[in-house]
This record gives sequence, C-alpha cells and structure tokens, in this order.
Amino acid sequence: MKFDLFTLKKYDYKKIRNLKDNAIRKILFGFGATAVIFIIIILVFLLIEGLPFFLEGDGIDFFTGDVWDPSSPNTPRYGILPMVLGTFLVTLGAIVIAVPIGIGCSIYLAEIAHPKIRETLKPIIEILAGIPSVVYGFFALIILSTWIDDFFNSTTKLNALTGSIMLAIMMLPIIISLSEDAIRSVPQEMKEASLALGLSKWDTIRGVVVPAALSGITAAIILGVARAIGETMTVLMATGNAPVISFDMLSSMRTMTATIAIEMGEVPFGSTHYHSLFAVGIVLFAITFIVNFIADRVMKRFREKY
Amino acid sequence: MKWKTIKEHIIYSLLRLSGLFIVCTLAILLFYILSGGIGKISWEFLTNFPTNGMMSGGIFPMILGTLSLMTLTMLIALPLGIFSAIYLVEYAKPGRFTNAIRLAVHNLAGVPSIVYGLVGLGLFVVFLGLGLSLVSAALTLAIMVLPIIIASSQEALRAVPQNIREGALALGSTKWETTCHHVLPYALPGMLTGSILALSRAAGETAPIIMTGAAFYMTHLPSSIFDEFMALPYSIYTLATQSSNAEATRPTVFGAILVLLLIVLCMNLVAIIVRNYYRRKYRW
Amino acid sequence: MSEDIEIETRNLSLWYGDKQALKNIDMKIPEEKVTAIIGPSGCGKSTLIRCFNRMNDIIEICRVKGNILIDGKDIYDKTMDVVELRKNVGMVFQKPNPFPKSIYENIAYATRIHGIKNKKKLNEIVEKCLKQAFLWDEVKDRLDGSARSLSGGQQQRLCIARALAIEPKIILMDEPCSALDPIATAKIEELIRYLSEKYTVVIVTHNMQQAARVSDYTAYMYIGEVIEFGKTKQIFENPSEENTENYITGRFG
Ligand SMILES: Nc1ncnc2c1ncn2[C@@H]1O[C@H](COP(=O)(O)OP(=O)(O)OP(=O)(O)O)[C@@H](O)[C@H]1O
Ligand SMILES: [Mg+2]
Repeated sequence: MKFDLFTLKKYDYKKIRNLKDNAIRKILFGFGATAVIFIIIILVFLLIEGLPFFLEGDGIDFFTGDVWDPSSPNTPRYGILPMVLGTFLVTLGAIVIAVPIGIGCSIYLAEIAHPKIRETLKPIIEILAGIPSVVYGFFALIILSTWIDDFFNSTTKLNALTGSIMLAIMMLPIIISLSEDAIRSVPQEMKEASLALGLSKWDTIRGVVVPAALSGITAAIILGVARAIGETMTVLMATGNAPVISFDMLSSMRTMTATIAIEMGEVPFGSTHYHSLFAVGIVLFAITFIVNFIADRVMKRFREKY
Repeated sequence: MKWKTIKEHIIYSLLRLSGLFIVCTLAILLFYILSGGIGKISWEFLTNFPTNGMMSGGIFPMILGTLSLMTLTMLIALPLGIFSAIYLVEYAKPGRFTNAIRLAVHNLAGVPSIVYGLVGLGLFVVFLGLGLSLVSAALTLAIMVLPIIIASSQEALRAVPQNIREGALALGSTKWETTCHHVLPYALPGMLTGSILALSRAAGETAPIIMTGAAFYMTHLPSSIFDEFMALPYSIYTLATQSSNAEATRPTVFGAILVLLLIVLCMNLVAIIVRNYYRRKYRW
Repeated sequence: MSEDIEIETRNLSLWYGDKQALKNIDMKIPEEKVTAIIGPSGCGKSTLIRCFNRMNDIIEICRVKGNILIDGKDIYDKTMDVVELRKNVGMVFQKPNPFPKSIYENIAYATRIHGIKNKKKLNEIVEKCLKQAFLWDEVKDRLDGSARSLSGGQQQRLCIARALAIEPKIILMDEPCSALDPIATAKIEELIRYLSEKYTVVIVTHNMQQAARVSDYTAYMYIGEVIEFGKTKQIFENPSEENTENYITGRFG
C-alpha cells in the first residue's frame, strides 16, 4: 500500500494556521476598505456640500462673475474669476522662475557636478522640500516683501510677485529631484553612443540626454505646478489677498486656496457662503486632480520608455 | 570652434549658478531664522506658557500641541495606511476595482491640504459633532497623509522580488506567513521611511488645522482629545499676520519657527537614516 | 508502465488570459523516479510543473481546466488545501531564491512553520538536509552567515536542501542548473540521482545530455502539448515522433 499524503491525521496546528490566515485576510481587507471609504467620503462630502451651491442658480455667475463679495449684506456676489486669475498668475510667475533654475540645476546635478558636490546638494534640496510652508510664508512676509518693495518700489508690499518667488522656491525641490532622476535614468549607452560620434559633452546633454529625459522632466514640472496651485499658507501670507482682477504682478492678489483659508473660519454653517467655499474647493480639487493625473500619465510613459 | 568653447563655458557657468542658487536660498533662509530665533531658545522658552499676549514667556503649549497632534495622526494613519497597502499589494486581485483604488490613491496624494481642511471642518467638526478639537484635526491630517502613506508603502512592498514570495509559498507557507516572514521585514523600512516623511509634512501643515481645532490662544493645555489645542505652525501664522503688536511678538515667532524646523528636520533625518541603513543591508 | 503512478494529469489545459499555454495534457508520472520535461523555449514546461503545486494560482490571469491527480487525489478540487499540497510537493526554481536570512534559517524556517519548534530537532533536520544536498561540508562553519553571500551553485543547493526539509513526496525542479557552472551542475545532477531513491523528481531542463543522464522518463513538449512521453532511453534512442527526433538531434529551428 502506498503512503497516502492527504489522509494524514489532521493535527490541530494546521487548522489553526488556516484559521489565522483567513482571519488576517479579513482584517486586512477591513483596513483596506476603511481607508478607501475614508478617501471616498472626502470626495462625496466635498461634492455634497459644494453642489447645492451650483444648483441654487449661482452656478453660472460663479464661473463668469468677476466680483467676489460674499459678505455684502444686500447683494453678495460669488464670482470665482478673480481667484482663478490670482492662482493662475501667481503660479505662472512661479513657473517662469522655477523651470529654468530647476532644469539647470538638475542637469548640473545629474551630468556635471562632482559626486561630492552632488552628495552635499541633495540633502540641501531635501531640507528645502521639508520646510513647512508657513515658514516660507513668514519669510515672504517679513523679509522678501521688503526686498521686493525696495527693488521695484511697488505700491503694495505684499503682491503676486512675492508669492511667485516664494512658490518657485517651494517648487524647486520637486522639479530638481524628479528631473534629476529622469536624467540619470537615461541609459549610459545612449550617452556613450553620442560621445563616440565625436559630439561634445554639452551637445550630448542638449541633443541626446535632455530630449530622452524630456517626458520625465515634464512630469516633474507638472507635479511642481500642482504643488504651487494647491499651496495655501505661502500665498496667504505673501500675496496680499485682494480679490480683484488685475494683471499687474506687483499688485495684491488672492488665490483660491487663500480664499478658503481666510473665509472658512467665519462663515455660518450651511449658508450660501459656506457652500460657495466648498464650490471653490471642488474647482481646486478638480484642477489639481487633473494636473496630477496628467503628470502621472507623462511619468508612466517615461518609465515605459526605459 | 573657439566661439563654441566659450559658449559651452557660459552654459556650464549658468548651470553651476543654478546649483548655487539652491545653496544660497537655504543659506539665506537659515541665516534669518537662526539669527532671529537662536537667542530666544532657552529652557524657559521651551517649557513655559506664553505670557503678556505672547510677547514673552514660552511656547510649551504649542510644542505639546504639535507633538500630540502628530502622535494622534500617526496612530490613525499609520495602521490604516500600512495595512491597506499590504492588502492592496499582497491580497487584492488585480482588476478594475483595484486599479481604480490605486489610481485614486495615487492622485489624491496631490490634492491641496486646504481642501482636506475644508472637508475636515464640514465632516468632523460640524457633521460628526467632534467640534474644534485635537481629534478633528488629527483625523483631517490623517486623511491627508493616508494616500501618501499608502502609495509609498505600496512601492516598498512591490520592491520585494516576487521569487521570494514564490519560494516561501512553495514551501507550504500560508499567504500571511509569506507576507509576514518574507515580505514585511524587507518592505517595512521603506514603508516607514515614506510614512515618517509624510507625517513630517503633516507636522508643518497649517491650512488643515486652521479650521479644525487649532486655537489662537489658550491658557491651559488641552484637557482631552476633544479639546482645542495650540500648535506651532498655526501660532506662527497668527502671530505673524494677526498680532496686535507684530514687532514685539516677532522673536517668539522666530523661536517657534526654529523649534518647528527642528521637529520637522529631525523626523526627516530619522527617515533618511532608516532608508540609508536598510538600503545598504538589503540588495536583491 | 509497471510502476506506481505519482502524478497523473487528465486532459489538462491552461490559459493565460486568452492565450492557451497547455493543451489537453495526459501524462502519468511514476513514483520515485526522475522524470525530465524537455522542449523548446516557451512550450509550456514551466507552466506545466507549476501546476503540480498550484504555483500558477498566484498568476491572476491563469485559468486551468482538467484534472491533476496526485496519489489519486485531485489537487484542483475545491476542498484541496493548497498550503498542505505545497508542503508535500516541493519546488526548486530556475533562479536560486534563498531568503535573505542566515543559511540555518533558510532551512529551519519551513520546518518551524510546519510545527517543529524543538531546537535540537531543528538542528538535526538542518544538518541532515544540508548533508543530503551535499552542502554541509561547505557551510557547516557558517550556518549563521547570510545565504545571499553563497555562490550561485551553493545557493541552488541550499534551495534544494530547503525543499527537502519539509519532507515532501515530490520535488519539482525548473531548470535548476541553468545559472550554474559545469561543476556545480554535476553536483546537482548527482544529488538528483540520489534523491530519486526516496522522492519523485520532476525536472525541467534545456540540456539534453542532462535529461539523458539524470532521468528515467522523459516528456517532450511542443507548443503546449506533450508530444511524446516514455522511458528516457527510448525517447533518446528511438523516438517515435519525427518532431521529437528533430529536437533531440538538434535539427530544430
Ligand atoms: N505569467 C504569464 N502571463 C502570460 N503568459 C505567460 C505567463 N507565463 C508564461 N506565459 C506564456 O506561456 C507560454 C509557456 O511559458 P513557459 O514559461 O511555461 O515556457 P517554458 O517552456 O518554461 O519556456 P522556457 O524554456 O523559456 O522557460 C509562453 O508562450 C509564455 O509566453
Ligand atoms: Mg521555463
């Protein structure tokens, strides 16, 4: 008679192991589900609190109105345009400053800098990334604004330019570290092939390395932009917060994030004003979600390439 | 030919300059913060209550508030984030649903903190009736860092090679034994690194706690997690922008900034040490 | 075949998504013999032996139809305890995959999770398995050393010792020598011969000489089908199918 594997006496130890395995699977599922529910609740709640505002008939004025004056006793106006413009201009300013420096610095780190310099620069960038935004905001408020004031003789001490510069500095760590990763992941063979053709190092960087890493660099920039759009404290403390339409970078502006931060504390729960802030939140959420999504896609394409 | 080398020299100098810019930025920031705040740091400053409209005295309640907020946030977010990452990577069957979750988690990591604050106010403070409190703020921050913790934990788990799992399963380990004995030990450092970094971001966050429980001034320490609290970032903000006597409170602000920076940088440092230590230890 | 049958597949088919990787496989693998599976790359050899311990379960898109009987019991039956199955059907992988723990722990691990916690007993088992795998002399002084610091051949023998420690009835080997040099390969082949006295061994190999040297039976596979299965001697000396002959003699695209 053969030795039968599967009718061996079932010792309890085995049963306990199986029970434990199943129990843990269920517990882990519970945790996963809770986390997901948490995340979904956020979205649902944002929509529940924001949508009534659109439905109450203010929806069109919300997107086209150029006046934000919710606390006016007679005719409160809820036009988001000034804030969208504020966010847009401040972010644009930050991009103009941060992108060239960021790309330059990442090329320098990845291709030119001596390993020792790179090893000292990288922690510096990590520290910059770790500094809380309220500290940047404070710096903008106390120090940067006086410099700007002295230099440009601006009418208001706190203005869009101050915010842009500060945001640029906050974007830089993201742009640099992600772009550097992208540049460094360009295969060595590609560079060697180019150098072997007699191209100079700079021609190789410009003609081979950067184009090859371009989608990665793009994703890095987009992620930096997402950070800038969503940043609250820095702009709140730096840009002066006047909700008016203006294209002058030296004038005071107010972003969507700052609006929520300023007004949320004082609105009565359930009022139109309250819901309007959730509507701003939805817009903000949608914009950053889309921007992040795009960055994710671009990054994925880059990763697939290498 | 000559012009070309000159041009390259100029370009190289510009690139170097951009590197220098970063160094200078940090140097300037640190210079102002250190020169403004270092004189303020003393045992009394760290352990006393503020007095005289926060122009003098210490910042003890703010430090304690930030630390307890952090602890509470960690207690909520860490198990939730780490265990759900384990579930998503090791247990969940790939499919549309899992993919949707993965996508959501990934993209929610970039949602502005102020949006979380907004929802935290509506949901925890008002709707669930937790009021302006430590627990409301901690829940808000926890939800904010959850996607980041999940995303970085997933990454750490996926870095463990599949053949280790196969080896364990082929020996007759159960799923959990495989995960617990052969995946977690190697993924945990990575998971912790990501989590600590996420929490250090949360420690410096101001926007979400403005509306969910941080108080401008309190004469007592929070009596329970349902009490309001003072926190370093919020105090920095209010003292800098809303103080009736901005000049007089400035040293306190600088001191508070220095302490906050120390807390945040220490957390970063711990994360970096954990990461470097284990990176050297395990190579696949 | 006169021997007792250890593994029997009945009309076994397998799909990865829409792609069929195994087609109606019927074979009877005898007990306490070495059975080699040969065939061109991608023909489904790994896929087939990964069915025998249901390792394919962890590939989500994988679907199986048909039956596999081990000792007369259908392993794809709903009541089958996969963990118990894998305890009885050991596996050695193509690439050595020791756990990043000590040499000792690599072997003691599975024994321990299967219920043996006695330190003395564990020591005995570790020593016995390492000796069986011809590794004992090389590592006896550094049992606490990291398994990952061993050479590739040593790692692979450690993986074999690891599989022996849970006293399986069957050992599956998927190209166990493909990452090894000739000397290490010779050692493992010797080990396989020796194992066949007590275990049923199923080995996938690309090396025709190896199949001829170590196996009692050989199955030749081609694009998901078992073309020919029989005594090794007969397959190599007198194949009944032209396809088999072409492959064995190297006249193959
Ligand atoms: N996880 C998978 N998903 C999809 N298709 C797979 C997967 N694994 C294997 N296949 C496909 O199944 C077929 C058989 O693969 P298998 O690995 O069994 O071949 P093999 O005979 O072991 O080849 P080799 O000798 O190269 O190891 C191949 O066409 C392969 O592409
Ligand atoms: Mg194979």
